[in-house]
Amino acid sequence: MAVFGRLSDGHAETRVLAELERRRSDIGGIAFKLLLQFGLLLALLVLAVLLVDVARDGWSVLSTRLGDFLGGTLRSRSIDERLGVHQGLVGSFWIAVFTAVFSFPLGIGAAVYLEEYAPKTRVTRFIELNIRNLAGVPSVVYGLLGLGIFVKTLGGLTGGRSLLSAGITLAVLVLPIVIITASEAIRAVPDSLREGAYGVGATRWEVVRSQVFPYAAPGILTGTLLAMSRAIGEAAPLILVGAVTGRLGTDPGFFDVSALKDRFVAMPIVITEWTQNSGRDIGFASAAAAAIVVLLVFVLALNSTAILLRNRFEKQRR
Amino acid sequence: MTTANGEIPTEDSDVTATLNLDATDRAVEEESSVIPESVFEIADLSAYYGTFRAVRDVTFNIPRNEITAIIGPSGCGKSTFLRCLNRMNDLVPSARVEGHVRFRGVELYDARVDPVAVRSRIGMVFQKPNPFPKSIYDNVAFGPRVAGIRRGLDDVVERSLQKAAIWDEVKDRLKDSALSLSGGQQQRLCIARALAVDPEVLLMDEPCSALDPIATTRIEDLMQDLKTEFSIVIVTHNMQQAARVSDRTAFFTTERDTDSHRPTGIMVECDATETVFSTPADERTENYVTGRFG
Repeated sequence: MAVFGRLSDGHAETRVLAELERRRSDIGGIAFKLLLQFGLLLALLVLAVLLVDVARDGWSVLSTRLGDFLGGTLRSRSIDERLGVHQGLVGSFWIAVFTAVFSFPLGIGAAVYLEEYAPKTRVTRFIELNIRNLAGVPSVVYGLLGLGIFVKTLGGLTGGRSLLSAGITLAVLVLPIVIITASEAIRAVPDSLREGAYGVGATRWEVVRSQVFPYAAPGILTGTLLAMSRAIGEAAPLILVGAVTGRLGTDPGFFDVSALKDRFVAMPIVITEWTQNSGRDIGFASAAAAAIVVLLVFVLALNSTAILLRNRFEKQRR
Repeated sequence: MTTANGEIPTEDSDVTATLNLDATDRAVEEESSVIPESVFEIADLSAYYGTFRAVRDVTFNIPRNEITAIIGPSGCGKSTFLRCLNRMNDLVPSARVEGHVRFRGVELYDARVDPVAVRSRIGMVFQKPNPFPKSIYDNVAFGPRVAGIRRGLDDVVERSLQKAAIWDEVKDRLKDSALSLSGGQQQRLCIARALAVDPEVLLMDEPCSALDPIATTRIEDLMQDLKTEFSIVIVTHNMQQAARVSDRTAFFTTERDTDSHRPTGIMVECDATETVFSTPADERTENYVTGRFG
């Protein structure tokens, strides 16, 4: 055809190529991408500097007496050979347990109710809005709540300023986070799955159990993981509900349930305490750094468990 | 032929009052000679979402063991209407239904009727294939399992997959994920899943709109096989498809509501498919099927 005849002289290709060549230089786009990369780099850099700094400061303790340090207790002098984080680890361990036992079932249950059962009325929306606000309330306020309710009012049950009060307070603190993330995971379940299940005569409960839960499980786990990390890192509310700053006479074992009604300490408190002490006794600085490393490993261990679980759930989804 | 007028026998309203679904089942099994010709009798059916009336005053009958196609332009309430037939609209919080839908003589919207039971007697296949993210076997076995069947599941699964004409393709990989199947296979799996609870009716909401022509042909052939056992109601955008597969066709369109002045879906006419496509009674139907509108 005529078109091919004209193409063969080579001019047409040149013209088409000229049309297809990039004409606008996308400076804005390139700048934006660089900015994003810079942001990522900066965030990672700050984190890396912190980690390296802490590890270096704590190295003298971690390299020479790690075993003693993990088994030791709070001491008034940093050269004391029995100085260590055992009491703090026990406290943080139980706080993790309480968060898991109280806030996960309650939070996930609340999320399922809000997403799958509750009628979408103004009241429901109001409740959802308030849960979002609660997630933003400063943790000290939760500490005051814990002091008022779990330490004072329910003191007979909890033992007052006890590990039990602290665990429940932190469970309440992370409850909104659990509800919000679980709600979002449930909302992400495609409606087509629900319809498919309803379409063959499943009840609401069967739909939730067999379709919604398995599909939302990885997302729910991610949320609970975040909540758990938050609870373990909190110091302020613990001070209000009676964490000991100074010397703690008792040193119960990890599974010593009878100690739950006693006074306690947790890793963030230990770190704060030792950092404050480093002013009069410089040896506490490296002890605090070593405690930070121990806490990081503790949180990482918890998180990896959750990630392993999540990967297993995700495999089932395929 | 004429536009469908309600020919709902009124004398069985007291029957409706005394029977529930199970009772009708038994009655029909005892006296199989008096199987009613219609599987659905629909009278003055209106469906609302909040204050919006999506479908208005639909009245016609859907015969047993035939394929009834519902055609019409977008937004005319075809899918809404279909979802009224197995109470799927109950799941939409703002949805409301007025009028009568009788399934073999029983008022579907009677307070004593359990929507969960309705959906296991009246199965549904959706626009987009929606297999569960589970194995092929578990997809088909899901319905029987929620119905409490524990024994003989293997047989039910095999039979359902055979009826859906997909057994030969999947029999060696029943434990594989349903999501590993092609789109057309997934849709036939969804049909098998619906058949596994042994329904009487299959509602199909544009079941081929996400499929290629070959997969579409397979589903259409399958429908012809299935209609000996099941009554099928299919919503389709594709007029050729309606003409090819259906025995009867109902044409829906939109009309401005006289009260609210908002567009609402109405049923224009329902007749034998041949008649609707060759000599429709209503001008609007003729305009639509000849391509002058919609």
